[in-house]
Amino acid sequence: MIKIVKRDQPSRAIFFFTPVLAIFLTLVAGGLIFFILGFKPFEALKFFFIVPIADKYGFSELLLKATPLCLIAIGLSFCFKSNNWNIGAEGQLTFGAIVSGGVALLFYEQEGFYILPIVILAGAIGGMLYASIPAILKTYFNTNEILVSLMLVYVSKLILDYLVVGPWSNPEGFNFPETRQFSDSAKLPLLFEGLRIHAGIFLALAAVVISWFVFYKTYLGFQMKVSGFSLKTARYAGYKGKKMIILVFLISGACAGLAGVGEITGPIGQLHREISPDYGFTAIIVAFLGRLHPVGIIFASLVVAITYLGAETAQIFMQIPKYTGQVFQGMILFFLLASDYLLFFKIKFIGSKK
Amino acid sequence: MIIDINFIGLIIASIMASAVPLILASCGELITERSGVLNLGVEGMMIIGAISGFALMTVTGSLIIAVFGAMLAGVLISTIFAFLTQTLITNHVATGLALTIFGIGISAMIGKNFVGIPGKEFPVLFQGLKDTIPLLGPILFGHSIVFYFAFALPFITSYFLKKTKIGLIVRAVGDSPESASNQGINVKLVRYACILYGGAMSGLAGAYLSMIYTPQWIENMTGGRGWIALALVVFSTWNPIKILIGAMIFGGLTIIQFHMQAIGVRIPVQFLTALPYIVTIIVLVVISRDSRKIRLSTPSSLGKSFHKDN
Repeated sequence: MIKIVKRDQPSRAIFFFTPVLAIFLTLVAGGLIFFILGFKPFEALKFFFIVPIADKYGFSELLLKATPLCLIAIGLSFCFKSNNWNIGAEGQLTFGAIVSGGVALLFYEQEGFYILPIVILAGAIGGMLYASIPAILKTYFNTNEILVSLMLVYVSKLILDYLVVGPWSNPEGFNFPETRQFSDSAKLPLLFEGLRIHAGIFLALAAVVISWFVFYKTYLGFQMKVSGFSLKTARYAGYKGKKMIILVFLISGACAGLAGVGEITGPIGQLHREISPDYGFTAIIVAFLGRLHPVGIIFASLVVAITYLGAETAQIFMQIPKYTGQVFQGMILFFLLASDYLLFFKIKFIGSKK
Repeated sequence: MIIDINFIGLIIASIMASAVPLILASCGELITERSGVLNLGVEGMMIIGAISGFALMTVTGSLIIAVFGAMLAGVLISTIFAFLTQTLITNHVATGLALTIFGIGISAMIGKNFVGIPGKEFPVLFQGLKDTIPLLGPILFGHSIVFYFAFALPFITSYFLKKTKIGLIVRAVGDSPESASNQGINVKLVRYACILYGGAMSGLAGAYLSMIYTPQWIENMTGGRGWIALALVVFSTWNPIKILIGAMIFGGLTIIQFHMQAIGVRIPVQFLTALPYIVTIIVLVVISRDSRKIRLSTPSSLGKSFHKDN
């Protein structure tokens, strides 16, 4: 007999254990899907999760993909902690990239130490501007932020498309949908010879440290936690709800914008049509898998980054479509949410031990 | 300038055709939301319906199996959502997002072998009557059965919610699950049913896209229509008849975009494509500004989990 009992209070140990359980269950289910598709499950999982990161180059690629995921997820955790559903980080990333790319193009064929900081700052500002739209509409017009932030994703991608095909396209580029190459001073330096990992990783690490400090050491962090727990309590305590909503959206937008900067000023060094393989959406999963905790998000971003690499490897070696990565990402979130049940309920096996 | 009156009829008919998937998915989601459940997985369920319908049509050759199979696929995928949100009491927003991401991935996985295969012709009704009446002929006749169903659906949905006992139960569950439960209504069962119904309608909307509207399979072919359907529910202030109006406006924006390109209006393509999304935002702002009205028409328990302690 199985009996389900409600816990007196959510279990702290299980809070950090369930993400691990979710990853394990995803692997099991993923193996099952591969089996149904006619592949050997263990071999397929090996191609998906181990082969891509087995060498130095693979590990660099892992960090390259984990960097934007971590950065965006850190920003999103500010929103999610305070009950603001910003799901348009992909748009904020794109708009940040547009603004910083535009600034980088202004410095075409110019060199100077001051260029890169300006380009990075422009990206953060671009992301903030774009995130301020759903924030302002939510606070002053009571508009649902989920739908607005999402609609803006489509708009941002179309703006980017317009710019790289039209006014910003490379005049010597044979009509390819891309801009000129940025000057070296506008690019984030690569960290190692022959590897693509770049200095953007330090932006992500800085975001981790700062967010940890804000969450656990400042009054703002406390206010966010209370608002996330109960909006009524927050109002009763006299917190300025509107200001906080706008602030968390701006932080989140800045992080997404910085991720956009990393994508265009890193190895690529120009604006083109597809700057992000949906990092902004995947980062939502990363934020949850990392339990909205800065350190948790680091681990989660590494785990989820593997699904990107794995999907690419599996596509090359097994002719599995690259969208398989999304299947895994969706499953991780399903299993994570499902195993949260264990936070609040205990499953007791009655009679088996007697 | 002489404008052929039948041409106007054809344009209106094409606007209606592009509104069909929005009406179907929105009416389904409206029932789900009326029971207090916010399912953000419409886009995912729709794309699953699109690939299931197309795949079944190609494999079995039967249009009937394909259409009902797509609806069943929508039901199956929404069962995951129902189980998670109702039985395991997970957060509606996060679960819906997971459903969309998962649905897009799995549809591309299944669809790998169906890219580039031409679709089948879907039978249309009353084709012979199309030329008998000017203007109205092309609007009223020569469409698929799904088209007619879609335009009847808002009225059926409205009747269901207002005049039937089950409709009343759905509304009661959405507005006050506690009192509904005290009246002996099984809240979770009602919500399960409403979620699965929403899944079926989204599945049908997807099948319409891949089998009738543009008969082929393209990865990610729903292209955000699921999200616009969600916005339409807010636009309608949870009133099915207004969904019809909203869907026509959005269908119109899509069609006008094609015609403006065709007559060579010098506006960037991207701006025209972005128009439906921008208009959605503007409309949402206008609708939501009146917070009292929104609060009155929104199902009170929307997006909140209900759990009865034993």
